[in-house]
Amino acid sequence: MHTKSLSELAADLKSGAYSSVELTQYFLDRINRYNTALNAFITVTDESALSRAKAADEQIAAGSAGALTGIPLAYKDIFCTDGVRTSAGSKMLDNFIAPYNATVVEKLNQAGMPMLGKTNMDEFAMGSSNENSYYGVVKNPWDLARIPGGSSGGSAATVAARLSPVATGTDTGGSIRQPAAMTGITGIKPTYGRVSRFGMIAYASSLDQGGVFGTSAEDCALVLTAMSGFDEKDSTSAEHAVPDFSASLKDSLAGLKIGLPKEYFEEGLDAQVEKSIQEAIEAYRKMGAEIIEISLPNTPLAIPAYYVVAPAECSSNLSRLDGVRYGYRCENAKDLTDHYMRSRGEAFGVEVKRRIMVGTYALSAGYYDAYYLKAQQIRRLISEDFQKAFETVDVIMGPVAPNTAFKIGEKSDDPVGMYLSDIYTISVNLAGLPAMSLPVASVNNLPVGLQIIGNYFDEAKMLNIAHQYQQVSDHHQQIPTAFDVTRGGE
Amino acid sequence: MSLTIEEVKKIALLARLALNDDEVQAYSESLSDIFDLAAQMNAVDTTGIEPMAHPQDISQRLREDIVTASDEREKFQSLAPATEAGLYLIPRVIE
Repeated sequence: MHTKSLSELAADLKSGAYSSVELTQYFLDRINRYNTALNAFITVTDESALSRAKAADEQIAAGSAGALTGIPLAYKDIFCTDGVRTSAGSKMLDNFIAPYNATVVEKLNQAGMPMLGKTNMDEFAMGSSNENSYYGVVKNPWDLARIPGGSSGGSAATVAARLSPVATGTDTGGSIRQPAAMTGITGIKPTYGRVSRFGMIAYASSLDQGGVFGTSAEDCALVLTAMSGFDEKDSTSAEHAVPDFSASLKDSLAGLKIGLPKEYFEEGLDAQVEKSIQEAIEAYRKMGAEIIEISLPNTPLAIPAYYVVAPAECSSNLSRLDGVRYGYRCENAKDLTDHYMRSRGEAFGVEVKRRIMVGTYALSAGYYDAYYLKAQQIRRLISEDFQKAFETVDVIMGPVAPNTAFKIGEKSDDPVGMYLSDIYTISVNLAGLPAMSLPVASVNNLPVGLQIIGNYFDEAKMLNIAHQYQQVSDHHQQIPTAFDVTRGGE
Repeated sequence: MSLTIEEVKKIALLARLALNDDEVQAYSESLSDIFDLAAQMNAVDTTGIEPMAHPQDISQRLREDIVTASDEREKFQSLAPATEAGLYLIPRVIE
């Protein structure tokens, strides 16, 4: 069952080959068996998963099932789930039982998808390696000594090891695309505003966007269709019609214009990763696409601008975590300032504190213009680079990350070095564009992801492009050997 | 740039983060590195460029001023570290 696509699972559920309860139990068993090695889950919700599966079975029996009814999934632990701990990977929220559902959770509940559990992540989504979680590092299923990427590393490892057919993620600077690339799965971050941010714990509000991980573009299209749409509870939700993202998967790519930004193939890109990307581009050429070199000249400024904008927004967003209304509270505070300082100082991890302080300084009197305002001007330049490129090309392609997954601990003492690895992903968030990663190669048994960047609200086209590649390649079907064992067998 | 120990302590106070001496020392180094990174932005003249605060050019939506959500004070307060008679408790502010 763990090798089947969502539409195959749905067909099996409909034909009665197995029930949603059996399917859900099958994945719970896999989690039970493999999660100790991966540390991908913070919370497993067996009971509610099975009771929702039972309800889904009744719906299926009644003939009122939808495309996703009865198929289980996992949520990144940043999506609020009513009555279930929602930690954001932080000691600060270790005791936080969300009092309501995120809109994404409401929508996928309505679609009939039982929740298997909540996945591990970098604390408050700040990180590129999943080493910043209060609940410990997540391991990459392809090599347990390596990082799965971050910040949605738990969700990515979960889908890569087939502990869940699909999982949600969030992407503020690459946190869906980079872990998807590192673990050999497909992940899409839609256009800013496409998926509601209501109930998605905020890190940097003008950059955060929810999305989904699956083993194929086809699976991602199904779930993205169900989770997208205008939401009056999110003031930045886009009032833009949501197409059926599955409807155009089979469209031909003949005449498609693909732009390759020369800045994405310069110094710093690993030679074998570059070769893998070029081979994938060549496959697209064979499918009838035209390859055009483009320039995104302000790319080198994206990292400095991002690491001002994101921390500035984070320092503001995280100020609500004050140990008064919910979350961690220090003991024996001598006054209110001591209460705030120790509650926050004791509960936030190293990286979160670092970004809060960067943002606090960048927004402080006398420095605002030099940092925050300047970064917002650069953000405009980066966004205009993309719009200029989209005058001549339909989509942009390039690597997701300069290297394959690195070893756990390799970069943890070098925050700036870690930030630099986000070079190909963060411009997209600054511009608010949709982008995705799909697996196109394996280098020394470690996956390589190809990035597809689309213009605003062009997710259907991107998924079509990714799906067409997956019709002629089997990289997305590769499963790390240690996890490709069916129940009962060894 | 290089942030001094005193500057880091001041930022930590503004951000309401209690740090020990080792943390202050470590942050003075890593924050300095990050602001060096940020200084790369100065390579570009941005005079006259309109700052972009947000990816969408939208104005704030308004809604009718009517009751839409139910009162869930008890549910929300059940999450609080300390409450009394429907109020959130904090350390004494006025002696």
